Amino acid sequence: MADKIGVFICTGYGIAEALDVPALLELATGDCGAAYCRTIDTCQGADLETIAADIAREELDGAVIAGISGRRYDDGPLPPDVVVENVALREFIVWSQPPGEEDTQMLAADLIRMHVAKVGKMACPEPFRPEEELDRTLLVVGGGVTGLTAALAAARTGYQVRLVEKSEDLGGWLARQHRSIPTGPPYRDLEDTGIAKLMADVLEHPRITVHTSTVTSHISGAPGLFDVTLRAEGGTGPEEVCRVGAMVQATGWRPVDPRPDLSYGQVPDVILNTEFEDMVAGGGPLQRPSDGQPVTSVAFIQCGGSRDPAHHSYCSSICCLNSLKQALYVREVSDEAKAYIFYEFIRTPGQYEEFYRRVQEDPGVFLTRGEVTDVAPAAGRLAVSVKDTMLGEQVQVQVDLVVLAAGMAPNAADGEAIRAFSDAKLAAECAETDTQRAEATARAEHLAHHEGTEILNLDYRQGPDLPSLEYGFPDSHFICFPYESRRTGIYPAGCVRAPMDGRGSRADAAGAALKAIQCVEMTARGEAVHPRAGDRSYPDFFLQRCTQCKRCTEECPFGVLNEDEKGTPLLQATRCRRCGVCLGACPERIVSFKDYSVEILSSMIKAVEVPDEFEEKPRLLALMCENDALPALELATQHRLQLNPYVRIVPVRCLGSVNVEWVNQAVSRGFDGVLLMGCTHGDDYQCHFIKGSELAEQRGENIKEKLDKMAMENERVEIHQVQIRDYERLPAIFDAFAETIEEIGMNPFKGM
Amino acid sequence: MSINARPILVIGGGIAGMTAAVEAAEVGHRVILVEKEAYLGGRVMRTHRYFPKMCPPACGFEINTRRLRQNSRITVHTLATVEEITGHAGNFKARIRVRPRYVTGTPSLDGAIADQLESERDNEFNLGLGRTKALYLPHEMAWPPLHVIDREALSDADAAKLQEACPAGAIDLDMADEELEVKVGAVVVATGWRPYDAARLDHLGYGRCANVVTNVMLERLAARDGPTGGKILRPSDGDPPRNVAFVQCAGSRDENHLPYCSAVCCMGSLKHVRYLREQDPEIRATVFYIDIRTTGRLEKFYQDMLDDEHVTFLKGKVAQVDEDAATGNLQLDVEDTLSRETLHPEFDLVVLATGIVPNTADQPLPGDLAYDEYGFVTGDGATAGVFAAGCATGPCDVSSATKEATGAALGAIQSMYGGD
Repeated sequence: MADKIGVFICTGYGIAEALDVPALLELATGDCGAAYCRTIDTCQGADLETIAADIAREELDGAVIAGISGRRYDDGPLPPDVVVENVALREFIVWSQPPGEEDTQMLAADLIRMHVAKVGKMACPEPFRPEEELDRTLLVVGGGVTGLTAALAAARTGYQVRLVEKSEDLGGWLARQHRSIPTGPPYRDLEDTGIAKLMADVLEHPRITVHTSTVTSHISGAPGLFDVTLRAEGGTGPEEVCRVGAMVQATGWRPVDPRPDLSYGQVPDVILNTEFEDMVAGGGPLQRPSDGQPVTSVAFIQCGGSRDPAHHSYCSSICCLNSLKQALYVREVSDEAKAYIFYEFIRTPGQYEEFYRRVQEDPGVFLTRGEVTDVAPAAGRLAVSVKDTMLGEQVQVQVDLVVLAAGMAPNAADGEAIRAFSDAKLAAECAETDTQRAEATARAEHLAHHEGTEILNLDYRQGPDLPSLEYGFPDSHFICFPYESRRTGIYPAGCVRAPMDGRGSRADAAGAALKAIQCVEMTARGEAVHPRAGDRSYPDFFLQRCTQCKRCTEECPFGVLNEDEKGTPLLQATRCRRCGVCLGACPERIVSFKDYSVEILSSMIKAVEVPDEFEEKPRLLALMCENDALPALELATQHRLQLNPYVRIVPVRCLGSVNVEWVNQAVSRGFDGVLLMGCTHGDDYQCHFIKGSELAEQRGENIKEKLDKMAMENERVEIHQVQIRDYERLPAIFDAFAETIEEIGMNPFKGM
Repeated sequence: MSINARPILVIGGGIAGMTAAVEAAEVGHRVILVEKEAYLGGRVMRTHRYFPKMCPPACGFEINTRRLRQNSRITVHTLATVEEITGHAGNFKARIRVRPRYVTGTPSLDGAIADQLESERDNEFNLGLGRTKALYLPHEMAWPPLHVIDREALSDADAAKLQEACPAGAIDLDMADEELEVKVGAVVVATGWRPYDAARLDHLGYGRCANVVTNVMLERLAARDGPTGGKILRPSDGDPPRNVAFVQCAGSRDENHLPYCSAVCCMGSLKHVRYLREQDPEIRATVFYIDIRTTGRLEKFYQDMLDDEHVTFLKGKVAQVDEDAATGNLQLDVEDTLSRETLHPEFDLVVLATGIVPNTADQPLPGDLAYDEYGFVTGDGATAGVFAAGCATGPCDVSSATKEATGAALGAIQSMYGGD
């Protein structure tokens, strides 16, 4: 904890004109107890070097720099072993408060008090260094094109790789393909798949160990320290335990069940596109499965399983390209051979349009928009009925073979659902009443299809596999940060993450390999990975006071905490993303980071000087997410929107890190109301820590109930979802809240 | 790991370039990021919201700028272009030209001073919709958070005014071009895209009819920091539109213009329909398309929209757009592909879904890169040590751009690895 603190107050940026700076200096070394204070023109460039020199000369271990927002300058020259806090006087005073007013000065004084108090409680984080040596080996699960590419890319960058494939052979679906769609100019001709060379390169690479017919039967540990149990002979053979640093999950895809109305499974000459590919790749003449007769006409039915809200509602992205390719296979049989493709939309994005055009030019390929209503045997062949075509309302064609472009489903397991299933089963067994048993049984039945679907077999309290988002894809922020899974150090890639073609899979593999490499390197440096990249703090659990309530182990968005038999949290520090949700969850307040804790933020709240009720100056606390809500507020000041002078802002790492204690502190210290501002949650959540803001909302409801019990007005706590561009809303939210408080009156605990 | 001490050069500071830079730097490599505009973020910063989550791009951008700001391994040059690259994989030399900003950043300038200036310039961030002062912040979230002076637009009187009013050292009106030579080990090309020039789509009314706008213009009209404060209004009279047509493949999938599919315009237009539907619950929208291309999980966005009675999808290619001079309304000439009927529906606003043109189409980069006939960079790393990502390689959305950029970062690191 810093005990020799320096306070540096800028006079530039209009600060000296807006505030009584000498009074603030007096406050800093007086009431606040700073060891040193001074004014300085700016907090940039050479002035920053002056600050650094002062820190060294005065042997300070903490500094408060009151100038411009820390989002706007590089504090590089400051020594790393000194706790530095920044006060944005320009943004929160000069730009958003009337100069020279009493309330403005009171706000600035509180900002100095809050940050000196904070620095006094903070210490510089020391990076996590486990006793065991951290491992940099990568584990790649899945030996298809994605897994092979990831393994080779990592090995060629100098990393040891273990590649695990559950089947006997490497290569996955790509090895079963005859040709690939064109990936380079002129984008017209089918290409060799390239899988043979890729497999050979992997097998020959000295840094890659290949385990075929092998599954991961158990994975425990954390980034840099994963212990992986490999089980050969498809999971029945001997076990081998190895240590790895990070993983790429490239477990690929499986065909979805086709639409039930297209006779698949009933009529032998209706087959899936994967089966057709096998037939062609087998090398023999195209023959009908039913009678071995040669095939000279084929109907391809698009969306034979995908894009059906009642079935698989998403689009499998590559079936159009695949059918165009397979139509060319048919055309290789003879000049007379015919391929029909029935579709609603042809989806050939980007340069693939050129390939579509090339197939359209082929006189033996008939592309017809329409809806297939029936496939039925007719005179030894198959009759395909199609409605709403450009050729007429209803057409029928006779073909030898029907190929269904069924679509792709991820080979992923939903770890959270598997855990929920086993919890429900246990609850049913242990139920004390019939109602409880019935409820738990119903819950278990609802989740029963997840039973036995484990792939990775993670020894994580929150379940044995990655949690998934919609449709079973195991990712989280798929637009901006596509590799971010909710389990640190495990990066999904390829068709397990989204349907994609071979080229896309290769690119995805490289990206996931980069993320895995980055994870082991950052872990070795004791740094957090995305989104608090580089953060060296990590949580400390004072377990003597733990009551085994399990809130932290259940609520951690990243499954960081395991439990012992009693429910005590077992920290796996290198899994931690440093959001502080555990800190927010803990009713005993036993979780702390060196630079972020219940005590540190409480000290800020306590440092605010709350005027007594007769001064008629309310004090409102705003606990704001530093990722979106706080930048939004800074944006409001940049637009010179005026802010309510009674609000005192405490930034938090995530709204999910807000501990109820802070609200209690505020109320007992005489604050009249508390605002909680975090990110949007729900299906399209924007919370960088997935569910932090949602958890805060739930806790906020508990706080309100508590206020009710204390006979306090629960309107004294408000929770708002704020997007980063919502800056215009913020001053109004502050003002409306101040009005609400004025209506219900001052906090009755004020001054007690 | 044996680390080549040379940094990685990333050309282009849009979403792909920024991603490549932070991802490589977090592994532990030094990165030099070169961006030709005065700010990072590129085209995504001109986007109001991302599909399908309808979330603001600034949200991810804020995280990325924090990663970049806190990582001392990254050096950023804005207003900079790479003029020459020589050498070979592991050992390139690049010449970078940095144009003057005339604002030093130290001390930070209070932008309020711009209000006192008379000189103005076209707001190119808002695609020329509206003006800014000659001293301007490129946009409200600009990183680096520095103003720029348009020296040509700045009058002598205003120059004198600035010299007088700005704190010492904050501006330098004599700043000149600077040339840097850097030694780098690998190059990532993330030079991005620009919209297809709608002026070539005369038959679709652009430039001829005031109320024909492009999809990229609509993003600015929808944005709060855009020219209309976030209200989508008709350019001719500033009235809110009531009945809007979206013309898909305006230039794309057309051998006379862009033969390829621009991949993002379908989702883009559906997102724009959502903007309009949120602005006005009574508004009507019709989407004229050849194929709706909402791949993967994006399909849900389309399926959900089918339930909206105010939105019509019509398969048909728009042949002509003409204006009614009295009302500014637009009449379309379109054939319904399914019924083969020619229709002449009227709308009060038409949005052209113009496509993606690679910035390398007519400005090839220095060095030996392979391009396809449209100007997209091809052949993943065919030029040893050079890797392309994002719209430099083909039309793609943000999710694909960030994915490719992360992979390109690995390619760059791998190419510099000293082992076998």
